[in-house]
Amino acid sequence: MAKLLEFRNVTKTYTRGLFSEAGTTALADFSMSLEEDKPTIMTVAGESGSGKTTLAMLLLGFIEPSKGEILYKGKNISRLRGADRLTFRREVQAVFQDPFAVFNPFYTVDHLLTVPIEKFKLAKSKAEARNKMEESLTAVGLRPEDILGRFPHQLSGGQRQRINVARALLLKPKVLVADEPVSMVDASLRANILESLRSLHRDHGVSIVYITHDLTTAYHVANSIVVLYKGGVMEGGDVERVIQKPEHPYTRLLIDSIPWPDLSRRWGNDGIVVKESDISDKGGKGCRFAARCPYVKEQCHTALPPLYKISEQQVASCILHDSHPVLPAAQLTDVLPV
Amino acid sequence: MTPILQIRDLQVSYYTDLGRAVALNRVNLDLNAGEKLGLVGESGSGKSTMALAMMRMIKPPGRIESGSVTVGGVDLMTLNEEEMRDARLSRIAYIPQGAMNSLNPVMRIGAQMVDAVRAHTTNMSKDDVVELCKKSLESVDLKRNVYEMYAHELSGGMKQRVCIAIGILLKPQLIIADEPTSALDVVTQRQVMETIDRVQKEMGTAVILIGHDMGLMAQFVDKVAVMYAGRLTEVSTVKDMFSTPKHPYAQALISSLPNLKNKGVFQGIPGLAPSLLRIPSGCAFHPRCPQCMDICKSEIPAVRTVDGDRLVACHLYSEGA
Repeated sequence: MAKLLEFRNVTKTYTRGLFSEAGTTALADFSMSLEEDKPTIMTVAGESGSGKTTLAMLLLGFIEPSKGEILYKGKNISRLRGADRLTFRREVQAVFQDPFAVFNPFYTVDHLLTVPIEKFKLAKSKAEARNKMEESLTAVGLRPEDILGRFPHQLSGGQRQRINVARALLLKPKVLVADEPVSMVDASLRANILESLRSLHRDHGVSIVYITHDLTTAYHVANSIVVLYKGGVMEGGDVERVIQKPEHPYTRLLIDSIPWPDLSRRWGNDGIVVKESDISDKGGKGCRFAARCPYVKEQCHTALPPLYKISEQQVASCILHDSHPVLPAAQLTDVLPV
Repeated sequence: MTPILQIRDLQVSYYTDLGRAVALNRVNLDLNAGEKLGLVGESGSGKSTMALAMMRMIKPPGRIESGSVTVGGVDLMTLNEEEMRDARLSRIAYIPQGAMNSLNPVMRIGAQMVDAVRAHTTNMSKDDVVELCKKSLESVDLKRNVYEMYAHELSGGMKQRVCIAIGILLKPQLIIADEPTSALDVVTQRQVMETIDRVQKEMGTAVILIGHDMGLMAQFVDKVAVMYAGRLTEVSTVKDMFSTPKHPYAQALISSLPNLKNKGVFQGIPGLAPSLLRIPSGCAFHPRCPQCMDICKSEIPAVRTVDGDRLVACHLYSEGA
């Protein structure tokens, strides 16, 4: 089985100038891979500052890892040149959080679609280019005649976000990084965008890395989930198992904090004290969540817990589960179903 | 009991180059002291316009055309500018969307709070004002030393709670919070909402929470008002709204909510929200309504009382069932 994309013990540390010792580790010793012939939808979840967006930036090759390497089809992405680099740029696409910021207000929205067609020489004639644009817009549930020739300000946030998905579709990517694609869109439009993403996966065989803090949409969209906190993997595995039966106290906090539209499921039934992460808290050597954890023990402050394999499709980095076998961090992908 | 807030026939229009957009169309609403109301609707349905109109902060090309907003027995629309300025924050406080970005980056938090108090009272001693500000910070679970800090030293959730602390400084009778947590993640969101909830209970203030997240509404409010194209379509208690929504739009909103039972089933609301410049004839929702009848295309449904205390604007319930 060929690996399409592979993270090998990737660490990213943001430093503050040359002489400052203090750096912030945004992602620590992270390993995972996506198979070429088995497209999947993987969720990366966590709160602000958990390293989700750093992961996306690394995956897209916008920043380089401090340690470890990221391979695309067996080649290190920071050393791709020439045709390889162009292929990578075409096959790894992104949809970002803010559908308002990605458009240039001076151009019609066609611009966003024609530029990649020209750059990657996807069409031989203008008519073919037009056809391709219409096809991809239709595929995400938009009517091309309503969209083409309009300016960004004439379209709603939901429409714009779907144009972004259409643009990604146009390039027939292998991997799509969706960084909070629905967080700025009205609740009633979320369903449409998520449905476009899922059909991209189902009908076009695209692997999607879905980055979010919203576990309800993650549950509906994804196959597997990785929960990050301060750059470390807290829990991972099958999305249904992790969300229905979370084993790490942090995942439980996240799930309990979802405002469920259900009057019988109120906040605060779990007894976990809701406390924001303290920016000044550097974490030290122990478990990253120790400062907020209600079950904290002495040893949590001294040693970083490894990933304990609770079942075939669930791991948690918490000593509450130390009766289970340890899974090396590099093998995280083993428990993520496709 | 007389309601603390009475809105009668409130109408706001924006005069644009493309014509007149009626953003708020003859809205009536009552709210009792200590009650929490959720105002939901899609973008452009008039939620924020309603909040701004209550604060009399509609700017040209918008204009409040008619109606009254009575808070604690005083009609805000009859006040002169000076009296209105005094009423803001002391009678009715507004926490705008993205309030945390409204803090001045080069002023200490404390100085900004003192400014707000000084704009309303001149006869308090300096020590008392400082003490009032610090107490207010404590009541939203912030440390007293936040008073000495700058905005960049605080996280998003903390900044949002500073804004709540400013909002409650003068113990207003009504707090309007416009999507107070839209930029925050779930854990911080929960903490901010729990803060508002506790402060509201302690002071007995009425709260209007504006947003489009029905989940948040279920966790927080007592009553839900659904807006569509500048009109209220349904006002019910949160319990009734979630168990038996009456208006087809409210029904669609409720059924579009994700839950953990049926994985992978997405139910959006078909169609798009209408532009306020081209509101459909009759009931504005009729082009998207699954239960549309002939009368819906021509006649605007009046707001009727249904099942005792629920207000619904829909022809389906016109017999007064």
